Amino acid sequence: MTRLPYVRPMQGWWRRNPYYVRYMLMETTSVIVGLYAGILLVGVWRLSQGQAAYEAWLAALRQPWAVALHGFMLLAMLYHAYTWWKVLPKTLPLIHVGGKPVPGLLLSAAGWTATLVISAAVYAAVRWWGL
Amino acid sequence: MKRSNAPIFWSLFGAGGVLSALLAPVLVYITGIGVPAGTGMPSDALAYPRVLAFAQNPGGKVILFAVIALFLWHAAHRIYHCLHDFGVHPGLPTKLLLYGSAFAGSVTAAVLLLKIGL
Repeated sequence: MTRLPYVRPMQGWWRRNPYYVRYMLMETTSVIVGLYAGILLVGVWRLSQGQAAYEAWLAALRQPWAVALHGFMLLAMLYHAYTWWKVLPKTLPLIHVGGKPVPGLLLSAAGWTATLVISAAVYAAVRWWGL
Repeated sequence: MKRSNAPIFWSLFGAGGVLSALLAPVLVYITGIGVPAGTGMPSDALAYPRVLAFAQNPGGKVILFAVIALFLWHAAHRIYHCLHDFGVHPGLPTKLLLYGSAFAGSVTAAVLLLKIGL
């Protein structure tokens, strides 16, 4: 007589531990990255059609729900940037400087700093120098 | 042994991850909040002549293409693997759909940027 093998149920596995919830949150930020690429792609498409089409795209972005959506997307992108640099040391081979391994936190900190510096530079470029 | 295509997709995912970690927050703020809601940005920052000039500049084209294409490849790869974590076990059709969308989006972006001209 054979019995059915026991298969551990995996349904909802990630809701059982806050660490896994944060992992899934990190992974699903990719949906927002894709959505934003789509919004920019539509912008380039409308730009290629001329001024009226491009300004209609800009007007759509001014809708209150569009601004609210981008507010939510901004939070997701900040979480993506934070977690991307946080896990960076785990995705790289150990880096040694002067025979000593570079601490992971230092690599993450370099990433967070790069995001801050580049964000400030892009903001300044668009605001004061016109792209 | 057949060589795996995984490193190619992982590289595109990684490149898109780095680029979006550096640029996505500030770009979403500028195009989605700062300019449309007029908070911290002049409302003409994304005016047609300015953005057209940017898209006509070869460097601007490269930036726009890199942002759109790499963001799409990053999303396609991560969504594909995330489906597995959610208990959906996607097969080849899903993979083709996701990576195919990223490919189609990249080609579309390149064609449109060439159409916009210099």
